[in-house]
Amino acid sequence: MDQPRTLFQKIWDDHEIHDFGNGYSLLHVDRNIMHDLLGALVFEPLDKRGIKVPNPEFHFATQDHGIETTAGRTDETKIAGGKAGVQGLRRKCKEYGLTMFDLGDERQGIVHVFTPEQGIALPGSTLICGDSHTSTIGGLGVLAWGVGLTEIEHVLATQTIVAQKPKTMRITFEGKTAPGVTAKDMILYTIGQLGAKAGNGYVVEFAGEAIRALPVEGRLTLCNMSIEMAARYGMVAADETTFAYLQGKPYAPKGDVWDKAVAYWRTLPTDEGATFDREETIDATKITPMVTWGTSPQDAIGVGGRIPDPDQAETPERKAYIERALLYSGLKPNDAIDGTPIDVAFIGSCTNARISDLRAAAKVLKGRKVAAGVEAWCVPGSGLVKRDAEAEGLDKIFKEAGFEWREPGCSMCVSLGGDGFKKPGARSISTTNRNFENRQGVGVRTHLASPEMVAAAAVTGKITDVRKLTS
Amino acid sequence: MTEKFTTLKGRAAPLMRANIDTDALCPSRFLTRINETGKDGFGGFLFGDWRYEKDEKTPKPDFVLNRPQFKDAKILLARDNFGCGSSREHAVWGLKGYGIRCVIAPSFGEIFFNNCFKNLVLPLVLSEAQVEAIAAQLEPDGGEVTVDLEAQTVTAPDGTQFQFEIDPARKEKLLKGLDDIGITLERRDEIKAWQDADRAKRPWIYLASA
Ligand code: SF4
Repeated sequence: MDQPRTLFQKIWDDHEIHDFGNGYSLLHVDRNIMHDLLGALVFEPLDKRGIKVPNPEFHFATQDHGIETTAGRTDETKIAGGKAGVQGLRRKCKEYGLTMFDLGDERQGIVHVFTPEQGIALPGSTLICGDSHTSTIGGLGVLAWGVGLTEIEHVLATQTIVAQKPKTMRITFEGKTAPGVTAKDMILYTIGQLGAKAGNGYVVEFAGEAIRALPVEGRLTLCNMSIEMAARYGMVAADETTFAYLQGKPYAPKGDVWDKAVAYWRTLPTDEGATFDREETIDATKITPMVTWGTSPQDAIGVGGRIPDPDQAETPERKAYIERALLYSGLKPNDAIDGTPIDVAFIGSCTNARISDLRAAAKVLKGRKVAAGVEAWCVPGSGLVKRDAEAEGLDKIFKEAGFEWREPGCSMCVSLGGDGFKKPGARSISTTNRNFENRQGVGVRTHLASPEMVAAAAVTGKITDVRKLTS
Repeated sequence: MTEKFTTLKGRAAPLMRANIDTDALCPSRFLTRINETGKDGFGGFLFGDWRYEKDEKTPKPDFVLNRPQFKDAKILLARDNFGCGSSREHAVWGLKGYGIRCVIAPSFGEIFFNNCFKNLVLPLVLSEAQVEAIAAQLEPDGGEVTVDLEAQTVTAPDGTQFQFEIDPARKEKLLKGLDDIGITLERRDEIKAWQDADRAKRPWIYLASA
């Protein structure tokens, strides 16, 4: 009998070309996803050596990070150097024969949105991308992680990467989540419990009943934010839900090959008796709709909670930490977070801009209006999400409520593309993944939450428990 | 073209905060400037929001790198979790472009940590107490710190030496200034053979032949 292995270990073993014997291995990279920030720069080592990309079909590119999300957009970006990136990447993809979903193609979208949508990411494969939220793709049972430009250069030239083997952690969710609790709440709660550093050096597998119950898009949301607890990789084992999601996707296998693939995928989940370096459990029944109060995703509390008081902090470091975060976020200790007035509501990003996210927000928005003075945006994650949403009439619900309905891209997740909120230093409630200082523009104070919670805040003008509007 | 990292002696600057993230190291709006400056010219954007006033030109006098005794530092000291946040390598290019070749902190964000080695910048881990001890010596007049990679020592301005740990493979790469792509390309045949076997096992991965 073979040693029981974890999902991670099986994928690692099936991609290891060479073990350097010091914790590092040369791994095969099945998929590399590129975006406009890389520009032509990432091709420099190939240009210099005069070599080709060995497997062009393993590489996909799009424009998402620096582009604008306004109707009628072009290559022009308001950000200096952005246009050179967009055009440089396009030119190089053509030159090296790589697939690009360019502006104007309905498959264009945020890297971590189009990758599952097209069936480019498949269970048991390895995938890299120059964006730390590549962990998203682990929701399909993929070993997917964010890398830097130098590593992408290496993958383009060799189809491999030198990777350090991470330690393994399993986070098991016990029990069922309450109605109205989303994958976003589950991950914010988890980060709040374990802290922003808990996953450093680990690959995290999410397991348990509440995870199995999540649709694929929820699993993507969950894994998206594993990097916010410093885990480069988050994973959910592929199951029937995953197979049903992938079947028929453009780049997913067909016919006999599909059957063969599914048979292989079924062998991948963690074996009974396999051990992890660290095990954590989360009581899923305790989770409520979440929202952040500070400048790190770990500053997450239930919407019924209160802003922490630095004077109650357990350590001087914690006290200084809370004080600094509150100084930026402009909130008062011990206040209820529910009822905090907001200026901006943003629905978008690779965390929460898939069709199910838009549907969930639209359900709250239907028949309601965005509160006076609130600037509200919806940026679908890809051209296909946008098309599908429009086919269902979701765009009308958003627009009638008073939301801007924009073109796909990263937009105000990262505030690169010339997009910007009107009010300086606005208080924003956002479906994105980072509430760092200045992330959504200079001085903008970001509260992370689910699409439902953002919709609820948009119509009430303040942070609101969405369950008050839906039940 | 090969640059190496052997010893480094120079001014050290204490930026004693925890969780300095990559957005602080390189504010998002500067990312695409790399298409204009290239990697080496990126130092001007390091700590953009902390270093300059809103006009992006006028130095904020209180920021550590703007204080005369810390200007042009080659070594930076910080608290826990330095470089947390995104995978942007710009954070490292900014440091390196500025001339900072070594950051000393009790812990680092993982991706940032990896990216440092790829750019021959040394993320050096000392205990919290050791980092604080060196930082205390740098105030108020500044001082020089020496990092000897071969010996794995850090020497504080007062001559106190601290030993540090580093992965041997990473140490060797820094010492020799090795080029990763060149090394891997020597395994071209091995990679090809691996793919041929893998293609039989997982044909769905190989889109061109499917
Ligand atoms: S939406 Fe944000 S986190 Fe996601 S890929 Fe774009 S910039 Fe990165």
